[in-house]
Amino acid sequence: MFNYTFQWKQALARLPQMLDGAVVTMQVALLSMAIGIALAVVLTLFRLSGSRILSGIATSWVEIARNTPALFQIYMAHFGVASFGIHFSPWTSLLLGITFNNAGYLAENFRGALKAIPDTQARAGRSLGLSELQAFRFIVMPQMLRISFLPMTNQMVWAILMTSLGVTVGMNTDLYGVTQDLNALTFRTFELFAVAAVIFYLITKVIQLGARLLARRMFRY
Amino acid sequence: MFDTALSANDLIFLAKGAGMTIFVTLIAVFFGTVLGIVFGIFRYQVGPVIAAPLTFVLDVFRSIPLLIQLVLANAFLGMVLRLGLSGLTVACIVLTLYTSAYCAEIVRGAIESVPQPVRRAARSLGLSWRQDMTNIVLPLAIRVGLPSWIGLSLGVMKDSALVYVVQVTELLKSTQILITRLQEPLLLLMICGAFYFLISFPVARLGGYLEKRWTHD
Repeated sequence: MFNYTFQWKQALARLPQMLDGAVVTMQVALLSMAIGIALAVVLTLFRLSGSRILSGIATSWVEIARNTPALFQIYMAHFGVASFGIHFSPWTSLLLGITFNNAGYLAENFRGALKAIPDTQARAGRSLGLSELQAFRFIVMPQMLRISFLPMTNQMVWAILMTSLGVTVGMNTDLYGVTQDLNALTFRTFELFAVAAVIFYLITKVIQLGARLLARRMFRY
Repeated sequence: MFDTALSANDLIFLAKGAGMTIFVTLIAVFFGTVLGIVFGIFRYQVGPVIAAPLTFVLDVFRSIPLLIQLVLANAFLGMVLRLGLSGLTVACIVLTLYTSAYCAEIVRGAIESVPQPVRRAARSLGLSWRQDMTNIVLPLAIRVGLPSWIGLSLGVMKDSALVYVVQVTELLKSTQILITRLQEPLLLLMICGAFYFLISFPVARLGGYLEKRWTHD
């Protein structure tokens, strides 16, 4: 049918190496997600703080993260920061870039979620004697995280897909990096990347399924 | 610190890269939207069971990194089919399909947001399917879909930074070429980032404004 001999065996023989890469991909994505959520909560607090400087920092973070390419952010973390004499390893640069991106997008999601939580709840908490921070921690934040659970799942999938950009700063241990190195070794471009694509697809499906099960377990009343 | 080896020629080189970014984005958004509307309406009309194969294919485009899509398409069209397409063509094809996958989802969501009784009322007044679609569904659905569509278009512009992998020199790639030559990463990246930001930010604000305005009335 095609004037081309598919050699799937060659690609499948490298499957263990690629699966090791997939583990690294998931590690980076999960770590960036965990730090990203924490940072996004801090950014949300900055925005709520009423201080112009703090909310200015939060707003510029969110707008830069949302209005420039993720690849640009990773370049910035690797090459941009290097002009100050700070040299990160590709792994660190990738993590920093994705985390910056995640935090920006999640902070925006959290802001949308906050609109769905009535002010009166926080005020009721305050009048029961909670401090402002306690009211946020015990009343607002749990609901905020619950409402933005679905956007967080999407962001997690994005984080997985974004790890493939690490290769541009020299990352070669994640799934894409491993595949690219194998490609340089064997020249089975189509077969290797097809296998990588299937692995990426399965990872995202597992995450979406896991999130759905988790949501069912956590959010039952 | 403020000395720079950046010359007017280099700026023109960057501007060409920026032009390429905009060109690829416009092509992908235009054809992607047309395809996305067709796919979205199709999926809505035939129901989830018959549309399952299409849903699956579109889902694949949203679950695999764009970088891999580009490499795969390039390898398939170039090495397997030996079509000898240019990198730019491959980039446009892949980005168009990528856009249509997201756009179909937006279109379907927007059509579903129009209440069924409204459409039944239109049909029982004697409007044909086409009239119902253009006069009833379109004006209502566009209010739901347009803000997300603007977000999608900006997303495609940002994602078009990845087409360097099929040898298309767009803005970020030309920046990188200059970085290699001039060794001034911070300045060049700032210029590049500022360009993306200046395009994306006002349009994103417009989307936010439309969303706010349209949800209130």
